[in-house]
Amino acid sequence: MIAAVVLLALLGGWETYARLSGIDAIVLPAPTAVAESLYDDRALLWSNFTVTAGEIGFGMLIAMALGLACAVAMHFNAMLRRALYPLLVGSQTIPIVLIAPLLVAWWGFGLTPKVAIVALICFFPIVVPTLDALDRVDGDLHKLMRTFGASRWQTFRMVEAPAAMPGVLTGAKLSVAIAAIAATLAELAASDAGLGNLMHRSIPQFQTARAFAAVLVLTAFSVLLFALLALAERRLLPWAHQPRGTAP
Amino acid sequence: MLTRTRAAEEAPPQLQTGLGSVCLHDVGKTFAAPRRGAEPVAALRGLSLRARAGEIVAVVGPSGCGKTTLLELVCGLSAPDTGTVDAAPAALMAQRDLLLPWRSAVDNAALALRVAGVPRGPAREQAAALLHDFGLAGFERARPAELSGGMRQRVAFARTLLSGRTILCLDEPFAALDALTRQEMQDWLAGALLAQPRTVVLVTHDVEEAIVLADRVLVLSPRPGRVVATLEIDVPRPRRRSDPALVALRERALLELRA
Repeated sequence: MIAAVVLLALLGGWETYARLSGIDAIVLPAPTAVAESLYDDRALLWSNFTVTAGEIGFGMLIAMALGLACAVAMHFNAMLRRALYPLLVGSQTIPIVLIAPLLVAWWGFGLTPKVAIVALICFFPIVVPTLDALDRVDGDLHKLMRTFGASRWQTFRMVEAPAAMPGVLTGAKLSVAIAAIAATLAELAASDAGLGNLMHRSIPQFQTARAFAAVLVLTAFSVLLFALLALAERRLLPWAHQPRGTAP
Repeated sequence: MLTRTRAAEEAPPQLQTGLGSVCLHDVGKTFAAPRRGAEPVAALRGLSLRARAGEIVAVVGPSGCGKTTLLELVCGLSAPDTGTVDAAPAALMAQRDLLLPWRSAVDNAALALRVAGVPRGPAREQAAALLHDFGLAGFERARPAELSGGMRQRVAFARTLLSGRTILCLDEPFAALDALTRQEMQDWLAGALLAQPRTVVLVTHDVEEAIVLADRVLVLSPRPGRVVATLEIDVPRPRRRSDPALVALRERALLELRA
């Protein structure tokens, strides 16, 4: 509610400034102009959106699958953890924007290099909270399961995996927030379609309002994904959000 | 009506012979120094303890006298450095209820059954029947966060009983509760154990709890812990706290503790 008021005030200020200051619409289009472009260019925006959404979707799925597998493997095997963790941290320092052309050389202009870049960027924020959550499981719970004669796998399935779910969702939310940036950066390197590509093309064509509209679509998509994850979290893990001791 | 657990079903009709016994003989346990340059920590030295089948043995002692170490030895979670531990598989119930927050009360109680491979349906039925006996009817679907401390501890005790272990190790089971609830829970536990006898090793720093519940109370010395006094509690059950015999025993135990 307050966010909506702040947003409206900002938009109002922006509109007033764009109209009254005499600033060139190529430099700063008014919100109404962006809205107009959003409507007029809807077919163009949609076709580019589907490309970027695909990159984000596939990239996230791959990052989730690999990230979870990696976290579980490192949790189970201390040697693997010592071997992989430094590499993982190192992978985050790779200036992906700069090696993107290399990925294009390996995998061509299609979907693959973009998905790979999104996956590479989103992977780390999933591994770290998941691994932390797995590690933080109460040592007394491990003892309890041992007195019940539980196998390592049973303890994982019944105690550790459910306990790690909030960590997994935290990781997914962090990833969603950066996936859009990852996808547009990947499109900057080499692409013929996508919202990032459209922004990149629109500005030299003096279609600044269209570039803003593309940003708006991408932002809305990210917020929507984030909201869906937050909703899933509340629905699937209500226990993680309930204050303790609100008993009858 | 009380449900029969698997252990009770396996037991021959003769009274309490299905229950295991615990025998610790001259046990010692030392932990490595917590940091470089510090002395190794001797938790237990020359400790002997015996709990016959169906007997409730309480162990009281000052904090840090190795009580928790003692229970971990009985449960087979660690091995002694010296001496011998002879005990059937035991179930451990800790001071914290350790309920899984994502599982309902009935699914928490059924945890050990599920570990043992009992299918979900029958496991839930057994757990629900026991929760009913424990006065938790209607709370089967409630998550731990929706239960009071006493209720959570009863769910934890149901889970411990359903493990089918005939030896129970209780590690200050009610220390986290407020004084009033603690007394209620002690009386409740006495009743539950009367209905479903188990061999129990109860570790506590609450002398009254030990006297009210146990057949025998062992007083431990400060670290390294060893038994400095043994009190037989020959008071018939159900017991009243105000019973002069119990009050006298409590005074004696406190005297031994301070010695």
